Amino acid sequence: MAEAASHHDVHGHDPSLQHHFDNPEQQFDSGKLGMWLFLATEVLLFGGLFVAYAVYRANHPEIFVYAHQFLDKRLGGINTLVLICSSLTMAWGVRAAQLGQQRLLKILLSLTILGGFIFMGIKYVEYKQKWEHGLLPGKHFTHKEGGHAAEKAPAPAAAAPAAAATPAPAGTAHAGAAAAQGAATPAAPAAAAAPAQASSGTLKLEPSLIKRAADGPAGLAPTTRAGAEHEAAPDKVWIFFGIYFLMTGLHAIHVLAGMTAIGWTLRKATLGAFGPTYFTPVDLVGLYWHLVDLIWIFLFPLLYLIH
Amino acid sequence: MAHHDHPPAPQGHANVGHVVSLRVLFAVWGALMVLTIVTVAVTYIPAELLGPFTLWVALGIAGIKASLVALYFMHLRWDRPLNGIIMAISIAVVILFVGGALTDTAEYQGDMIPGYAPDMAGAQPKPAGAPSP
Repeated sequence: MAEAASHHDVHGHDPSLQHHFDNPEQQFDSGKLGMWLFLATEVLLFGGLFVAYAVYRANHPEIFVYAHQFLDKRLGGINTLVLICSSLTMAWGVRAAQLGQQRLLKILLSLTILGGFIFMGIKYVEYKQKWEHGLLPGKHFTHKEGGHAAEKAPAPAAAAPAAAATPAPAGTAHAGAAAAQGAATPAAPAAAAAPAQASSGTLKLEPSLIKRAADGPAGLAPTTRAGAEHEAAPDKVWIFFGIYFLMTGLHAIHVLAGMTAIGWTLRKATLGAFGPTYFTPVDLVGLYWHLVDLIWIFLFPLLYLIH
Repeated sequence: MAHHDHPPAPQGHANVGHVVSLRVLFAVWGALMVLTIVTVAVTYIPAELLGPFTLWVALGIAGIKASLVALYFMHLRWDRPLNGIIMAISIAVVILFVGGALTDTAEYQGDMIPGYAPDMAGAQPKPAGAPSP
């Protein structure tokens, strides 16, 4: 140990190197390992929500196909691009810190935070639309068909055969059909939960692509039902919005936490704390920010682009 | 002689960790932007062409994008393998979790629908006014 200490003295004592590490590299690797362990727990945290999504979608695909039309895939797509750009500025910022480019580092960290603000701003617009139209989870769901022009229903595949448009993940056709039987009954409870909310818009809703299941066991029997009910909203649409708000809300909290953390590194950067041998905070906060981006990369297609 | 026992740092003593070139960063960024546009564009393909593969196409593109972010932006390609192993294990556990939950819910679906008899013996259609929750 004495020799190791004297080794450091040759180079002069590095104030950013804690005494319980041999050298900056070991310190960096230890911090990074700890951050990856934390990120693994984050993946597991979101994993639970992905399970909720997968199970509910496997059992009630018609709800997801019906409800996704209320999500604006243009805004969601723009938000995806914003996060990817802010991931680039973050990764570039780590490089700038490694190379000791102090001014560039501060610019890039600021741009990354700006990306977070743009993302949250767009998120605010989306949430506000949902709120105004009663597209909320549980008993707060007060939406009735009709509504706002901003929530246009593109209906690109409205005429598609229902069977082809059922992307039941991993669930068998048997399970999907059985589930649809339970859920695709006319939306009497939905209407009951939404008294006197009739809106005067001109929105023509996309009919559900999922045919109402036959009445026989597991939908095995051929249905002779007319197609009229297919136009109706499926039952319990609010559960989609429960999943939507939980997943995007938890993600948005992570964006806010990431922006706070980047703000903290930006402050340290203005004090000139980072250089080639000590940039660990920038790197680890960057890892967190990339994970937030990574989760959104999955949330966006799963929530906005279903059909 | 503590420090002599350590292998020399791959990048020498001046730099800790791997510095990613700007060319790589911008190439990955471009690929991510293009793939985002592709994943939106795929939704305009009529459903009868892709059918049940829609979900897998979307998940495949998302997987490629996630791999690009993890390997290049998150440095996993040049990192200590242990970090990548931790990430891979966490993702594997989530896949196991989702897969197990889906298998389970599919298995018991028949028992969970109100008004639906799990007895498969008589596959007769019920009357139109079938009981609903």
